[in-house]
Amino acid sequence: MTSSPLLDATGVAKNYGAVAALRNASLSVLPGEVHALMGANGAGKSTLVKILTGAVPADSGSILIRGQSHDIRSPAQARRAGLVSVYQEPALIPDLDVASNLRLTRTPLEPFRQWVRELGVPDLDIYATARDIPLAIQRVLDLARALAIEPDVLLLDEMTAALPADLAEKVLDVVRRQSKAGRSVIFISHRFLEIAALCDRATVLRDGETVGVVDIEPGVEERIVELMLGAKMEKARAAALPSGDAVPSGSQARLGLRNLRVGTRLQDVSFDLHNGEVLGVVALEGQGQDQLFGALSGSIRPSGGTIEVDGRPVEFAHPADAVREGIAYVPGDRAEALLMQQSVQHNIALPFSASLRNWGPIDMRKERQLVGSAIERLQIDTRAQREVQRLSGGNQQKVTIARWIAADARTILCFDPTRGIDVRTKKEIYRLLRELAEQGKSVLFYTSELEEVQFVCDRAVVIFGGRVVDIFPASVADEATLTRASYGLPRDEKRDIAPTGGEASGQVNAT
Amino acid sequence: MSLGATSTTAPVPLRRRIKRFMSDRPLVPLLILLVLLVLVLQILRPGIINERWIANTIKFAIPLALLAGCQTMTMLTGGIDLSVGTVATMSAFIMATQVINHDPAVAILICMIPAVLIGLANGIGVGVFRVHPLIMTLGTSLIGIGCLQVYQRTVIATGTKVPDFLGWLGTGLTYGVPNALLLFLPVAALIIFTLRRTGFGRLLYAVGDNEKAARLSGVVYWKVIIALYIISSVLAGIVGLLYVGLIKAPSLSLVEPLVLPSVAAAVIGGTSIFGGRGGYTGTILGALILTVLTTLLTVLQMPEGARRILFGLIILLVTAAYLRIIEDR
Amino acid sequence: MMAFFRGKGWVTGLFVLLALLFVFTRVIQPNYGANDFGSLVRAVLPFAFAVAAQTVVVIAGGIDLSVASMMALTSVIAAAMMDGASEEFALLVVPFVLLVGFALGALNGILIVVTRVPDIVVTLAMLFVLQGAALLVLGAPGGSAAEWLKELVVGTVGMPGVPEAVTDWIPKGLVLLLVCLGVVWIPLRRSWLGLSIYAIGSNQLAAFRSGVPVARTRIVAYAIAGLFGAMGGLTLTMSTGIGAPIPGPYLLASVASVVLGGVVLGGGRGGLVGPIVAVFLLRLVRTDLTLLAIDPNVAAIVEGTIMVVVVMLGAFLAMRGRTQ
Repeated sequence: MTSSPLLDATGVAKNYGAVAALRNASLSVLPGEVHALMGANGAGKSTLVKILTGAVPADSGSILIRGQSHDIRSPAQARRAGLVSVYQEPALIPDLDVASNLRLTRTPLEPFRQWVRELGVPDLDIYATARDIPLAIQRVLDLARALAIEPDVLLLDEMTAALPADLAEKVLDVVRRQSKAGRSVIFISHRFLEIAALCDRATVLRDGETVGVVDIEPGVEERIVELMLGAKMEKARAAALPSGDAVPSGSQARLGLRNLRVGTRLQDVSFDLHNGEVLGVVALEGQGQDQLFGALSGSIRPSGGTIEVDGRPVEFAHPADAVREGIAYVPGDRAEALLMQQSVQHNIALPFSASLRNWGPIDMRKERQLVGSAIERLQIDTRAQREVQRLSGGNQQKVTIARWIAADARTILCFDPTRGIDVRTKKEIYRLLRELAEQGKSVLFYTSELEEVQFVCDRAVVIFGGRVVDIFPASVADEATLTRASYGLPRDEKRDIAPTGGEASGQVNAT
Repeated sequence: MSLGATSTTAPVPLRRRIKRFMSDRPLVPLLILLVLLVLVLQILRPGIINERWIANTIKFAIPLALLAGCQTMTMLTGGIDLSVGTVATMSAFIMATQVINHDPAVAILICMIPAVLIGLANGIGVGVFRVHPLIMTLGTSLIGIGCLQVYQRTVIATGTKVPDFLGWLGTGLTYGVPNALLLFLPVAALIIFTLRRTGFGRLLYAVGDNEKAARLSGVVYWKVIIALYIISSVLAGIVGLLYVGLIKAPSLSLVEPLVLPSVAAAVIGGTSIFGGRGGYTGTILGALILTVLTTLLTVLQMPEGARRILFGLIILLVTAAYLRIIEDR
Repeated sequence: MMAFFRGKGWVTGLFVLLALLFVFTRVIQPNYGANDFGSLVRAVLPFAFAVAAQTVVVIAGGIDLSVASMMALTSVIAAAMMDGASEEFALLVVPFVLLVGFALGALNGILIVVTRVPDIVVTLAMLFVLQGAALLVLGAPGGSAAEWLKELVVGTVGMPGVPEAVTDWIPKGLVLLLVCLGVVWIPLRRSWLGLSIYAIGSNQLAAFRSGVPVARTRIVAYAIAGLFGAMGGLTLTMSTGIGAPIPGPYLLASVASVVLGGVVLGGGRGGLVGPIVAVFLLRLVRTDLTLLAIDPNVAAIVEGTIMVVVVMLGAFLAMRGRTQ
């Protein structure tokens, strides 16, 4: 471990407008090392990866490869510098066959074939169109393509996420041998098991900064979770008071999911959302929560299972069907929910005009009244109300919710509504959601900021690998517990008071 | 709302303030441009500006402004309607032939049938099959022209006639004021009211601004689009009737020369070709500007080719400029 | 089903359909012979080049609305330059016109990349600009073409040792078409650049990650489309002997043939063979309608309806492909 690092990135910073995605990130990878890059959602992992691979330029900081400074402006330049990435989504051109894809990236054929065989795909037809190849195999081909050009540093982003167990095993095996050959691997994964089995060291990011580099040894998981949570850890533990059972019981569920399945991303999900309840959904990125909310809002057709509204099975062919049942979806990306060039009033009143019988003249007085009371209730700053895009992020988020308050939706599906907005607005949104629940409305609330669960929710569902792994009452759902669960780690024995978790956490390793 | 209200602490840079001003009050620069053009015309041809010239300009601007209304409404949803020229021509020609054997009211009803059908076809193609509106409306316009030619064969012996009241409406003046305003003012008021104060108008903006958001709010895209293209076609049909009253000679390419200017008028008027932004008042000014510009180019003896180049460049430059305005915030 | 649309099966099917249509033509008109085939090829020529131009752009994920105007402009430039000039001068005119087409095509691409205005708006604006430019070059149909150029699309190719019964069926126009398309398309298809064009149309992000310079490739795709457009303009001048500044009905026809030829709107899929066969198919349908003594105006309606339906179907399939 005395040799100089193969890749040395220091002081990397990147701002998107006013938002700092990376403040001061560093990453140092030694020759022959498998190095894990870890961090909670929004810690800056993906931005750092984008910078290393040349997808976006850094604002400041330096990147040295073998001691040489490199200005990486495109994936092609990163490659020439000796750094090759395998991305989360396959990078094969879907309409070209494998051979053409290799030509496009100027990859030699023979080593590629060899790697493909070693990775456990013996009978690859290189004239098959990439689109027709199963996703898992595409990822393996991506990896083989990267290996074939013998890069100094190989960056694997969630490499094993979509792989069946046998392929994943082969992949890990090959990665291990890479390091023996003196090459380095940067390994990004949500799976502690893999990291423990494979990696030598881990760099942990939090809020855009590198907060620690740890050697991987037995029991390091706790240390990494602590680093990812930072000072919040202690606070959260202190705040967690095991109180009575918060699960409403007996009443008819407002929304019932029975073995809901969406493609391969969401498997066999069942839970109830009750009237007067805020139910939290906790998951790492890409664990199927997008599909869950899509199916419930009528945007995606489920491939199996049923959705029940007030005990009746329903089928949504269009979001309009869900809206008619009083189910409103507030997407996480505000750009997806707002008419950016229209006024605040137009945005809030949008659901009113949706159905055919309201296409006629608008009763402006009534509309102003309804919109006005929603604005007042959410305390939206309407100084710049002429165009929603001129509002601050927090006010924009309030508009997306105000729309459904004005429309009096009975159930609101909120997808990470507090991401990237200021603390005051966050608090207002927490209060609002609680108020809605007290009025008997129900809220499904996905959040990437785990501390919010205890501020807002009655219960929290944890999803990992497309399955529900656990359901916690808010009283025990502190950040540490949720983080462990969302990484698929079993419940802490000392804290294990609810019997529901036992069998669910048993499935984790199988996914 | 004052401009300063949106700036909280840091002063807004001048460039941005200009941009905001342009996007908040797009009519002011348009009015300035119109006045400038008229002034230039007056300087080049002293004495050209008189009552008769003004009445004439309005007379020719009205059909253009109405046709540009079709483009405004479709462009608000991110579409375009290139079949308006054909539709207007069809309804004018069919009316002029049917009126020989039928009552004018019946003839007008008959001539609106193809307009509705083409609008319906456009709406289904764009709303359900998601063909790009440009390609779809171009296609139906080709089919429409074919149908019109076939129709012409069947009525070749009948001859054509333009009813007197259409001539009166198209060319007549009352106390120096064009009669066409009698049709234009209510229609324009209706379009403006529809866009600003009805649920349907709101949906046009919503669908064009962010189709996904509209969808999540329960808006069904194809319903809006089909209704829109039928309305656009019917309006084009009405323009055809007015225009044949103005030109008084129904031919098979009567309104075709107005299609490109109608797109340009809407674009100049501040309606974004990407949808979600704009309105009809700007379009009316755009139509006036284009009409004055055409006079100016004629005075300058600018050839037809140069005029088309100019129109093309206007569309490109204005679109690029609006793109910058939208992006920069 | 989707796999069938993508594969070679679709193009084969088009060939079979074309053959069947020829048989049908012989049935309704037993006298249909080599001469008629020659005039079919002459009618196809400008359409075929328009389709080739559109194909390249659509594969790259764009669309070119200015193709018909491009042809009109290059045609009148050629006709105006050759008017009263010597036969040899035409040898210079041809490469010059091709260069103009290439440059104007590249301009399309540059405007799209630089202004970031979508393809459809930029090429719509260019449609008007090029049309206006054509009117400035020639206010009315006129000019002339060198004799040897006109000869290129008239008559058949004689080959020693091959019976005339065979060579009668090989009109010069067909050879010209295949050579012109082949000279550009075959090397392109085999080159890295060609792969890049498919790549940016198929998935722009993946293309970028594979090291493709996306902006540059898009400009080149439009430039090649401009080149094909100029070839189409030249064939217009060749077959009519003059240049006409009013664009022909090539836009919708080119989009319809591209779709019918198995190139998916949205990009990344298909080749040039399918669209070219599709062009022959659409023209032959028109011929058959005439042979069946159907009013040419009705024939135009039928043809237009076929094209619109084809485009609708193509858009529908493209939409289905996106949501899957």
